Amino acid sequence: MNSIIITAVLVLSLLGVALAIVLYLVAQKFKVIEDPRIDLVEAVLPGANCGGCGYPGCRGFAEAFVKTDDIGSMFCPVGGNDTMAKAAEVLGQTAEAKDPMIAVVRCSGSPEQRKRLVEYDGASSCKLATALYGGDTGCQYGCLGLGDCVAVCKFDAIYIDPVTLLPVIDEEKCTACGACVKACPKFIIELRKKGPKGKRIFVSCINKDKGGPARKACQVACIGCGKCVKVCPHDAITLENNLAYIDYNKCKLCRKCVEECPTGAILEINFPPRKQKVEGQAENVENN
Amino acid sequence: MLKTFAKGGVHPPENKFSADRPIEVLPLPAKVSIPVSQHIGAPATIVVAKGDKVKVGQLIAQSAGFVSANIHSSVSGTVESVDPVLDSSGYKRQAVTIVVEGDEWEPTIDRSPELKRTIDADAQTIIKKIAEAGIVGLGGATFPSHVKLSVPTGKKADVLIINGVECEPYLTSDHRLMLEKGHELMVGIQLLMRALGVDKAMIGIENNKPDAIKYLSDISKDYQGISVHALKVKYPQGGEKQLIKALINREVPSGGLPIDIGAVVHNVGTAFAVYEAVQKNKPLFERVVTVTGKNLAKPSNFLVRIGTPVTDLIAAAGGLPDDTAKVVNGGPMMGKAVTDISVPVTKGTSGIIVFPANESRRKADSVCIRCAKCVTACPMGLEPYLLIRMSQRMMFDKMEHERVLDCMECGSCSFECPANLPLLDYIRLGKSEVNKIIRARKN
Repeated sequence: MNSIIITAVLVLSLLGVALAIVLYLVAQKFKVIEDPRIDLVEAVLPGANCGGCGYPGCRGFAEAFVKTDDIGSMFCPVGGNDTMAKAAEVLGQTAEAKDPMIAVVRCSGSPEQRKRLVEYDGASSCKLATALYGGDTGCQYGCLGLGDCVAVCKFDAIYIDPVTLLPVIDEEKCTACGACVKACPKFIIELRKKGPKGKRIFVSCINKDKGGPARKACQVACIGCGKCVKVCPHDAITLENNLAYIDYNKCKLCRKCVEECPTGAILEINFPPRKQKVEGQAENVENN
Repeated sequence: MLKTFAKGGVHPPENKFSADRPIEVLPLPAKVSIPVSQHIGAPATIVVAKGDKVKVGQLIAQSAGFVSANIHSSVSGTVESVDPVLDSSGYKRQAVTIVVEGDEWEPTIDRSPELKRTIDADAQTIIKKIAEAGIVGLGGATFPSHVKLSVPTGKKADVLIINGVECEPYLTSDHRLMLEKGHELMVGIQLLMRALGVDKAMIGIENNKPDAIKYLSDISKDYQGISVHALKVKYPQGGEKQLIKALINREVPSGGLPIDIGAVVHNVGTAFAVYEAVQKNKPLFERVVTVTGKNLAKPSNFLVRIGTPVTDLIAAAGGLPDDTAKVVNGGPMMGKAVTDISVPVTKGTSGIIVFPANESRRKADSVCIRCAKCVTACPMGLEPYLLIRMSQRMMFDKMEHERVLDCMECGSCSFECPANLPLLDYIRLGKSEVNKIIRARKN
């Protein structure tokens, strides 16, 4: 009886030792030497794995980051400048500070301004609705309000306003990862410079129709009149296909275009209230 | 035992209210908007400008490439604008809007009603004339017909199949055309046979149109090589792959075309248009449209000029019933609800169906219980329950392996689903994403 137990223990122990040696040798033979800095860089990254940087997750970013010659070409939008500074420190370099960005919704067509003409009762997805028709209003460029951007946001930074039926972006939570920009089948959401103290100006419309049809479909549409282009002292505004666009790198936030816009399509965000209150525009600020 | 296709298929209620209504010529509209993208392929290039005077049958937009089609004016009058107009796609697209003045036809068009039976054109001339006349598949797919007739080298057609199935419920335009224009149709088929170099043509008609089967069988005796075949009623028998399977028991390989197995399929409407184009020099600028609906006063079949607003058609059929909630362009299975009833009739408009409120809404969806009714219904042998999951999870690469591109969007899966899932919507999304992947791979 005893001898059986002893034999079994001995055989198993010997087997264990023999296999351990084999495993050790194999592990030595096929050893993968990994740059230890990858782990260090990954540790300082936010770990959201959102893909906003263009790499497959934070690990992917870290691997590419330690290899790249020009760290200035890479940026983690979620972590921002602080994270990039820390990550650069691991490599013994310094990262250039970049302006923080934020997602903006370029549509102000609430039901009040943009009448609903048809009713959609299909599955609640902007992508599916886009395959079927131009939208439930007269504007085929505008927001459908079915929330593909909300579904894709990993930071809970977007919600659909129950009154305007438009997406609203939470400035505190938005990391400018760009997921909503890619998710929107209408290309309404854009990443723009957040601006000093969050002050920014943009054309909140992407309607490329001529002025008449655009205005008929939506009261706050850009009608391509070009008044903003003329009034802008910094050459920041261009007009193409009946639509004005403000270059955020050139814009000096003088707000002349906001005053000039006849339809109120240009929005100013986070500015202090004006001395002379112009009707209509104050409302728009609140809406956003 | 009547023939039909093997796999899948459904039996929606037929509701062919307008089957015994003869084709009426719709009065000329006051204004037409003719979109330049009425076909599959590149939109045609507009060759008229605002203020130009045009005649009926005059070219207003030139085909822009091999897979594209010419577009002709359907009325005489003055071009009012060349601007985007909302069409049945639900989007504003480039169109030529013409204010109607009189009814002056191009003098080259033979307007006499006599049947012209003798065919003196050779194959090349026929194909050239079809291309010039801007003929596209009038069954609804609107694929340019001359492309289908230009058989690629190395392949050979041995049979021409004529689609008189009209498997969509409600629609009766092809049915009426077969009854009223039988002889013209036969000459059109002979023209197509000559263009393809085949000596055999088979007309497939579902058994719910016994009068058309009998009439065409009788007159087909006078035309060599043409035979008429009754088929068992089953949707979507009008799909070309299904029709080929039903008639000659051949299967088009996945990703392939009917020509790969020696068949070419054309719709009866197309064959009639070919007759008019080749024998009468008349370009495609009018078509038969069924206007129907359960509560419509006078369901009808109209001969309509392309570009006529749908509003005019509904008015001629007795006006829009009060409880209307949805107007569909095309058949109830594959058609599409319009967002505005003033959209123009295009070459692909086979019917306009007016639905009352109680039939317009989608039913509330619930969860998939894997009953596999969609799998049983799919005529292409796909697994819709799986495809919707993949599409919802954006696994588009896997959808490609599941052969999502074989889907012809017949809607049988959505029709059968007891959970009312939007199967087709998601499959359609998957198809467009897979096509994007394939295009990206090529570049």
